[in-house]
Amino acid sequence: MSAPLHELGFLDAADALARKAVSSAELTAALLDRSEKLEPTLNSLTWFDREAARTQARAADAARAAGDARPYLGVPIAIKDLLNVKGQPCTAGSNILKGYVAPYDATVIARLRAAGCVFVSRTNTDEFAMGGSTETSAYGPTRNPWDVARVPGGSSGGSAAAVAARLAPAALASDTGGSIRQPAAFCGVTGFKPTYGRVPRYGCTAFASSLDQVGPISRSVEDAAAIYQLIAGLDPRDSTTSPRPVEDVLPAVRAAKDLKGLKLGLPKEYFVEGLDPEIEKLTRAAVDQCRALGAEIVDVELPHSRYGIACYYILAPAEASANLARYDGVRYGFRAEAGDLQEMYEQTRARGFGAEVKRRVILGTYVLSSGFHDAYYLRAQKVRTLIRGDFERAFAKCDAILGPVTPTPAFRVGEKTSDPVQMYLGDIFTVNVNLAGICGLSVPCGFTAAGLPAGLHVVGPAFREDLALKIGAAYQHATEWHRKQPKI
Amino acid sequence: MNDYIPSIGLEVHVQLKTRTKMFCACPAHEEGTPNVAVCPVCLGLPGALPTMNREAIRKTVKVGLMIGSTISLRSTFDRKNYFYPDMPKNFQITQQAAPLCIGGAVEIEVGGQKKTIRVNHIHQEEDAAKITHLENSSEIDYNRASTPLMELVTEPDMSSPDEAIAFLTALKEMLVYAGISDCNLELGHVRCDVNSSVRPVGTETLGVKCEIKNMNTFKGIHRALEYELERQVETLRAGGKLVQETRRWDDVAGVTLPMRSKEYAHDYRYFPEPDLPPVTLDAATVEAWRAELPELPAAKRARFIADYGLPEYDAGVLTADPAIAGYFEAAAQKTKNYKAVSNWTMGELLRALSEKGETIADAKIAPEALAALIALVDAKTINMPAAKEVFQILFDRGGDPAAIVKEKGLAQVSDVGAIDGFAEQAIAANEKVAAEFRGGKEAALMFLVGQVMKLSRGKANPQLAAEALRRKLQS
Repeated sequence: MSAPLHELGFLDAADALARKAVSSAELTAALLDRSEKLEPTLNSLTWFDREAARTQARAADAARAAGDARPYLGVPIAIKDLLNVKGQPCTAGSNILKGYVAPYDATVIARLRAAGCVFVSRTNTDEFAMGGSTETSAYGPTRNPWDVARVPGGSSGGSAAAVAARLAPAALASDTGGSIRQPAAFCGVTGFKPTYGRVPRYGCTAFASSLDQVGPISRSVEDAAAIYQLIAGLDPRDSTTSPRPVEDVLPAVRAAKDLKGLKLGLPKEYFVEGLDPEIEKLTRAAVDQCRALGAEIVDVELPHSRYGIACYYILAPAEASANLARYDGVRYGFRAEAGDLQEMYEQTRARGFGAEVKRRVILGTYVLSSGFHDAYYLRAQKVRTLIRGDFERAFAKCDAILGPVTPTPAFRVGEKTSDPVQMYLGDIFTVNVNLAGICGLSVPCGFTAAGLPAGLHVVGPAFREDLALKIGAAYQHATEWHRKQPKI
Repeated sequence: MNDYIPSIGLEVHVQLKTRTKMFCACPAHEEGTPNVAVCPVCLGLPGALPTMNREAIRKTVKVGLMIGSTISLRSTFDRKNYFYPDMPKNFQITQQAAPLCIGGAVEIEVGGQKKTIRVNHIHQEEDAAKITHLENSSEIDYNRASTPLMELVTEPDMSSPDEAIAFLTALKEMLVYAGISDCNLELGHVRCDVNSSVRPVGTETLGVKCEIKNMNTFKGIHRALEYELERQVETLRAGGKLVQETRRWDDVAGVTLPMRSKEYAHDYRYFPEPDLPPVTLDAATVEAWRAELPELPAAKRARFIADYGLPEYDAGVLTADPAIAGYFEAAAQKTKNYKAVSNWTMGELLRALSEKGETIADAKIAPEALAALIALVDAKTINMPAAKEVFQILFDRGGDPAAIVKEKGLAQVSDVGAIDGFAEQAIAANEKVAAEFRGGKEAALMFLVGQVMKLSRGKANPQLAAEALRRKLQS
């Protein structure tokens, strides 16, 4: 082996393990050594346990020695601290769940477990995935490996930073309004949010049920495709999953060399004032690259895009206000001692939740309350329908849509914490994909003068993960951006 | 009350008899050790999601079909938000915007007067956990959390406590009949919110509504309503004003009391449950479910009267429980003496069952055996006391009545010579009584018949015994 073990991506690791060039125990140990070294700087992980990881890795090695040839046997993966892994803590980055140990596996975890993956560490997240910088985590902010004075994005900033810093070959994350794609863009890694209903949410601590979707953050589109295939598909425990069979996209993704015959839409609404000039330049260059690969670039319109943020920040908090009601100190998690039930509720939630979670619970409670419900919640639902219609019309003219993932590169830690609206505006290019329930991919597309990564957004129609992944893979096969490593 | 008209409406919550809970695979109706029938879903653990119990949907739709509701081929679920430790998620999954069954009606009869009570809708929801409040703490049993519930909401069509009870009785009968629910009130299978108001005679607009929450006995509902209607009328007569409020029934004091507004004044902030897609049904499925419906009690009663020539009383008793009705019909297949089947079923059988605390399903006496027993009586092979003895044996261990009669030597003695002998012995031993009869005291004969029965060890045909005695005393 020439390259250090921690540089192996998900498929690389699978390949090295299959060739018995390395054992899962060695690989896992190398990653945890690196985690121990870098975590004091990055704070991208909320938990890892050498003993637990070693036990899993050794079991995988023993199985392989006994002839078990599962393709991903023994491959380590980091898990966002929102996904329940039986026997591991699951805190959602919140004090209210400190000490809570998951008694069951999320469906995606059960699927990875069945594939033989090793759950090497848990990654930091904005509290209950509410944030775009990982600064709202009760564990403190995660740092961007490209510039530790900056945020990694969020809410899956821990997953993106850990993958970028090579603490894990890949990570599972979740995306409600951009929480996979935006941190992937900020950290120079690949992030994929599948279509709503594609990946089971059972066991993924809920933020906003109609928007949440689990997906991978990885070093390449090929890795993302491999993980996506492992976790996608109908789940009897999640009634919102689609019965559509999950096709084997990996061969086509691996073989994707050009974009001939594809029409890619460029929405004019995504290139407007407020878009950082460097990001715009990098995005346009990536679009040119796609044209050079044979794609026809067409203009499309998404006229309701500008209502996306407002719509999202009504619907997501509304659902969250109900989803987070269960954290009351009665059954599990943190409980404040108090004189009576009402006071126990109030104190538990006042002390257990951080400021951003409280803001959104209050916002959500407000927009659902009698007298305001129709003006906010109902109206936002109607806007959501219009946004979905925008994409349907656009996809009648093109196969997929290209654009920037974020309006700016990674900002400084603390820069936006006092101005939530500025923070929310960072979701401008990503939230509409969640509102429409379609799929979106973020692939690295270059660096700003300051050395900060930018991401190209590839948005595909519902259940056309194959298309989004093929486009992203063709782009990566022609570029080197995704291979760049932060010097940390 | 004469100058005021009461209006009563009910919200009836009924636990459905399903194998599993409403939104998870835990067993429903676990009454034993607390907190054993629980899982991440019904405990509201982080990340858990609900899935639909189709059997509960089927049962609720069947109720709708029985009362003539319009069945929604597309119905949706909503979240009803409120904090209480009996609700693990601190919201209840229920149906607000598009319930399963819309409209419908139930026929009731009070004091010979038939009346139609309209139903507004029936929706599907989940039950809360059971809380037991102790002196300084409370205990929560989540076994009950998420038990399938249907809530039936009536229009305010009832105008007396008797009508309310008649409605509940009719509803309960239907639900038990169709296997929808066991409707065991002690186990809390049926719980009721009772709305009432009064308005002056001659006016149309309903008066101010008061709701009595969470009633779970019919007797309690009747008493609470009597009190509440009286209270409302008295308040108005005294020139007072009623306020719309929620009250609770204090069974010991026999009064309704206002609840603190904190206890009920919720803004439930309903919104569509994003974790559950709409429930869609096709017309063919609904029709298939309709075909599964049993004959309803009222129809069955009418048929029992028409087909078996039974009095209304008998038909009512026999059809009150579908299993009893089924037993009656099975026995009636084997004999033409329907009235005798009815008498035995209503009398001996129900008595014996209640003595042993058993249900008809446990009964060892086959319906065919009861018919055979009746045939033996009709053929005068055995007399009534012997028949009762045979019945008891059949009830205790089953078997064939003819064989039991033979084994126990219970066949009636109809041999005139033998009976004459017993009659002579009876007269000889009771000269004084015989003299009384001869002196005109007709009742004295019954004593002597009893003596003949005794001498024959119960086997003499009592009618022949009386004839023999009369013949001998008058000769």
